[in-house]
Amino acid sequence: MVMKIDRDASRFKQIVRGKIRDNLRKYVTHGEMIGRKGNDLVSIPLPQLDVPHFRYGQNGRGGVGQGEGEVGQPIAAGDPDGEGQGQAGSDAGQHVLEVDISLDELAAILGDELQLPRIEPKGKANINQDKVRYTSVRRVGPESLRHFRRTYVEALKRQLTEGTYKLADPRVIPHKDDRRYRSWESVPEPVANAVIIYMMDVSGSMTDEQKEVVRTESFWIDTWLRSQYKGLERRYIIHDAAAKEVDEHTFYHTRESGGTRISSAYKVCQELVKAKFDPAEWNIYCFQFSDGDNWGEDNRAALAMLKDSLMPQSNLFCYGQVESPYGSGEYYRVLDEAFGADHETLILSEIENKEGIYDSIKKFLGKGK
Amino acid sequence: MTALHRFRSLTSEMADIQRQMEEHARRYGLDFFNTIFEVVDHDQLSAVAAYGGFPTRYPHWRFGMEYEQLAKGYSYGLQKIYELVINNDPCYAYLLASNAVTDHKLVMAHVYGHCDFFKNNAWFAHTSRKMIDEMANHGNRIRDYMDRFGVEEVESFIDACLSVEDLIDLHAPHIKRRDEKNQYHFTDATEVEEEPTATRFQSKRYMDSFINPRAALEHELAQKKKELEKKEQLPSEPQRDVMLFLLEHAPLKPWQVDVLSIVRDEAYYFAPQAQTKIMNEGWATYWHSTIMTRHGMADSDLVCYADHCAGTLAGSRTRLNPYKLGVELYRDIEDRWNRGAFGDEFDACDDYLAKRDWDKQLGQGRQKIFEVRRIHNDLTFIDSYLTLDFCRQHKLFSFGFNEDSGYYEIESREFDKVKQRLLFNLTNVGRPIIYLKDANYKNRGELFLEHRFSGVELQSNYAQDTLVNLYRLWKRPVHIETNLEESSVTLSFDGKEHSRSGDTKKQGAKG
Repeated sequence: MVMKIDRDASRFKQIVRGKIRDNLRKYVTHGEMIGRKGNDLVSIPLPQLDVPHFRYGQNGRGGVGQGEGEVGQPIAAGDPDGEGQGQAGSDAGQHVLEVDISLDELAAILGDELQLPRIEPKGKANINQDKVRYTSVRRVGPESLRHFRRTYVEALKRQLTEGTYKLADPRVIPHKDDRRYRSWESVPEPVANAVIIYMMDVSGSMTDEQKEVVRTESFWIDTWLRSQYKGLERRYIIHDAAAKEVDEHTFYHTRESGGTRISSAYKVCQELVKAKFDPAEWNIYCFQFSDGDNWGEDNRAALAMLKDSLMPQSNLFCYGQVESPYGSGEYYRVLDEAFGADHETLILSEIENKEGIYDSIKKFLGKGK
Repeated sequence: MTALHRFRSLTSEMADIQRQMEEHARRYGLDFFNTIFEVVDHDQLSAVAAYGGFPTRYPHWRFGMEYEQLAKGYSYGLQKIYELVINNDPCYAYLLASNAVTDHKLVMAHVYGHCDFFKNNAWFAHTSRKMIDEMANHGNRIRDYMDRFGVEEVESFIDACLSVEDLIDLHAPHIKRRDEKNQYHFTDATEVEEEPTATRFQSKRYMDSFINPRAALEHELAQKKKELEKKEQLPSEPQRDVMLFLLEHAPLKPWQVDVLSIVRDEAYYFAPQAQTKIMNEGWATYWHSTIMTRHGMADSDLVCYADHCAGTLAGSRTRLNPYKLGVELYRDIEDRWNRGAFGDEFDACDDYLAKRDWDKQLGQGRQKIFEVRRIHNDLTFIDSYLTLDFCRQHKLFSFGFNEDSGYYEIESREFDKVKQRLLFNLTNVGRPIIYLKDANYKNRGELFLEHRFSGVELQSNYAQDTLVNLYRLWKRPVHIETNLEESSVTLSFDGKEHSRSGDTKKQGAKG
């Protein structure tokens, strides 16, 4: 049965989409506003979708609750910025409306907005592989998958019906029929054939502010590339004078001191590609972020590695230089002189601050490779 | 009405259950309209609930938004609607098809509680009992306007109307605020208003200055002029029902007047439901638990019943559960009136044990709660029956937002403060009280509203956006007087920009 509600729901989505389109720049630059939810949904807060009313503000918020607790004990977190959120009434700060849109949808909006061309992949078609997920409950199954709680609830129900449950002796003994087991189904999952390798300078001159820029930018890069490839691998390399491969969390949260040797990161990257990502099979994307400092003597080695192996192997090699009060910004010029601004695979971009992310993404991904 | 009949009706097993439950309910003295049950799946139920219970309602994006949230909440297992009842004659109740049999029993008993409440509570007395037909009618009219004037045009006008939908007079259905306009009363054209003159008594000339003293004449004249001015002022008294005023006086096209009146009618229809949330849910819960525990339940239902009750009656620290508070208050009242634990004698007694064991064998409990459900709304219900003992027993506390810590914190467990907070949240359904004061402000046809400040400020960004929508209806500058940062200010919108005037205190403090 087709409900009329579908029309209203799609109308609502159109309006939401319109809102996002209008304000995309705002969301791109405030990437941290986007709470990542699960694997394929993001939630975007849209405070203005409320029909405005005259209503009480922040100092009227509060209510009456029930339970234990001393006076002064916090019971719920408030919204730090206050304005535009929460409702007077018996509810504690009601959250702003968050609209979940799928990453695909978000990428489509991003693509429309930045006019990004679709990417021509190379390599073999994707191979799908089955993956097991536990989704339901059955009456038969191996003991190792027995659902304890459900089994006992069934047994309790049966005993109550039979009248064998005694208040004085409340023992519940499951029979064979009461047992319940978890059950699974197979879900086909695509095998990744694209990989993004992120490299970042974590030497002392890169502060948290710069890292935030990198984090926001890589979120949008991920989002776009995910929409282009069914599966996507991500690898992270950090370096100061020496480099190593790390996980995502470490990547964004490490701060080292000491010198900077970019070639060390290139070397780890080379090894990684050699060991795991055959360029014939994989679409390789390298993104390097730094404040532009490098140890002078190292430039020659770094350029050689770029030219001989990294650039030929990759679909794209992107260098993003985040402006920092401490960095010299030298490396951008070195690359520019060596390869020129219009290189096929090497793309250079200077990111001044958060506002610059938008243009930087456009530059990186605008070629459709 | 066709839309309703696409749903499934009851199976014979469920029809049996329904007959049983109806019989139990009637035996307890519940009095309700004929009730029709429809069985729907969760998607349909989410859709119907999004429309506020009326599948034939006019199209609008906010119903879609509501639906998305309900449907998502259900599929993520965050929330579940078991049932939905519509205040109408006959009552319509929607049941979730996937409910277990025990749930159906419980829900049906619950539904009869709601139906009785709709029919008998005084606050519902003036609601339309043919709302299903009216809503369908509203829907058709708005769809027709959308066809003629464009979806965007009509929908965005509805948005503007919704912005002021809470500016109605909740008590208006029960009070005669002004004489009905008599359409057959024609004023005589010759009955022109004369210039006011002071009353002169007959006197001899030499006595005139004593019999008609000049000061008295002037005073009377001034008085008369003032009254005349008041008559000319629009509205003559500050008015709560801003929507009505706009309907009668705003420069709107005929279709816009109709849309505004639709939004207003629906606001009045739904208002009593917001005013009696605690009482209505409490009453329905009281009856489903009474009927289920005494008659309705088979042994095999117990676990499911207990599970259900644990879910719906769970207390929360950040939100007062209306089901829980309502049912407990009814039970408390029933107990007190059974024991005779009320009145001056009881209140004057300060012996804890004597009060606890107080029992005059009065047995008026049941009778009393029927009376309570007839005459009260949530505000008066809490005001009259929330007692110190109840507050302690149920561990109620008030909480508020602490700006320094950014957390909601427990403020107090003192009875007075808890009750005060609760009453504040229920006053005018938790919305600020706003009057329309002048429709010819500054003698320029501008609209002037007044927020009766009661200690809590308006949220200024919302207030500004509301003014923008109000401007779209009035089409002249709009103002609202309120208090912000402890001084009286007037927020204005003139069609282009917002302004704020009058907060001299603040500037003075800064300078």
